[in-house]
Amino acid sequence: MIPTLVRFEDVSFRYSGPMVLESVHLDINEGEFVGVVGPNAGGKSTLLKLMLGLLPPTRGKVSVAGRPPQQATRMMGYVPQYPAFGRDFPITVEQTVLLGRLGVTRWWGGWSRADRESIRNVMERTEIAPLARRQLGTLSGGQLQRVLLARALACEPALLLLDEPTANIDMRSESDIFDLLKELNRKMTIVVVSHDVGFISQYVTRVACLNRTLICCHPTYELDGRTIKQLYGDAVQMVGHSHD
Amino acid sequence: MTDFVAALVQHEFLQTAVIAGVLASIGCGVIGSYVVVKRITFLAGGIAHAVLGGMGAALFYGVDPLNGALAAAVIAAIVIGLVKLHLRQHEDTTIGAMWAVGMAVGIIFISRTPGYQVDLMSYLFGNILLVPSPDLRWMLGLDVLLLSLTVVFYKQFLAVCFDEEFARLRGVPVTIFYLLLLCMVAISVVLLIQVVGLILVIALLTLPAAIAQQYANSVGRMMVLAIALGALFCVLGLGLSYRPDFPPGATIVLVTGAAFLLSSLVSALVRAGRR
Repeated sequence: MIPTLVRFEDVSFRYSGPMVLESVHLDINEGEFVGVVGPNAGGKSTLLKLMLGLLPPTRGKVSVAGRPPQQATRMMGYVPQYPAFGRDFPITVEQTVLLGRLGVTRWWGGWSRADRESIRNVMERTEIAPLARRQLGTLSGGQLQRVLLARALACEPALLLLDEPTANIDMRSESDIFDLLKELNRKMTIVVVSHDVGFISQYVTRVACLNRTLICCHPTYELDGRTIKQLYGDAVQMVGHSHD
Repeated sequence: MTDFVAALVQHEFLQTAVIAGVLASIGCGVIGSYVVVKRITFLAGGIAHAVLGGMGAALFYGVDPLNGALAAAVIAAIVIGLVKLHLRQHEDTTIGAMWAVGMAVGIIFISRTPGYQVDLMSYLFGNILLVPSPDLRWMLGLDVLLLSLTVVFYKQFLAVCFDEEFARLRGVPVTIFYLLLLCMVAISVVLLIQVVGLILVIALLTLPAAIAQQYANSVGRMMVLAIALGALFCVLGLGLSYRPDFPPGATIVLVTGAAFLLSSLVSALVRAGRR
């Protein structure tokens, strides 16, 4: 039996107004690649923040590897939707990725040689090694996403959480990043939040449809028009077109 | 400037002033860099001005005003830090209130202390020429403390300044390091009070670091450059104020401000040229 890595038991959450999430039950098993989809303000990012322990549930219980999320942060890597830092911050790509080693490296002084060697592999894997000495502010959107992914991978996480990792980049970079995630999924559990159900269904093993409550969570081949309509509140039209 | 160099060789008080300027620049280059990248200049201003309350109380009760300044600065840093962390909606109003109330308390205490006028002016605007030699050791001690904390917790401070949320996820106790950083800002403010006074502290704390940010690609390099620039501006300001007998603190700040404007202009032109 595959062990459960993340468990939501009857979880509800509100910031200060109405409930953002209501009675969510969700189990994510080790080795899964789960896509969380749904409309804007449907609670997708909140679900991730509850998983990360950044928010406490208003009701119910969240656990990661059988522990409260706050005690499991060191086994989690996180790629945020919006970078929380200014683009003019004087920091290179290498230094940014090194920050991902916090929690697994020594607590005092600068970075060790082992840290630098460890992130070299991650940077090669995410194809940002040639950018190591570049300033973060000079990168394109796609390059920055790869740096944030490398930073999340630097602690060698067992669970990788990504919040709309390709929201502001072109389609080719989006495919490249998801190809890489598919490869990473051989070694780690991945949960990715996206508004693009059509695109991520090519990659993920299971889709969790969320619109304040969890509407369903099932393998991608079971996702049909009825579920999509229930999720987004309207019919979704597919438009065929070609580029000559 | 030639007169100043000649006088510098002769007069011990000028040598002491230059050493005080360099010592102040060390702590301020390091901590000013954090203030600039973390964008907490307003908080630092609040801490700097609240210090007058502690100095005034120390003077009134006959304690060394610098000890009063240090105690008041650290208390102000912790209170302002807690306000920032827990009262986000009213943060600017609360810090502004502490800024003004701290000064008001200081002025009341100083007004009740005999001979207050000379002291008040020197605390508000500093007088680097009157720094007593024993105070240099005290300033050196504060520099050593600031540098030690920065070296030991370099990673944690960088993470907290860069991305608080990510730092928290990596197990860094963000609240503790944020408050520690503000306490270090408080110590830097006290270091600078003797040089430029608490009204002008913010300029010397932030402008050398802001210039350094335009040329450095890491916070570490920014600190080194900010220290060098701060020391240069202190010596240059002292030199320029010497012959016309201008107030040295104000001259140092004017030199620093002019350099910041010039550097920002050059940076903007270079960026425009690249496009």
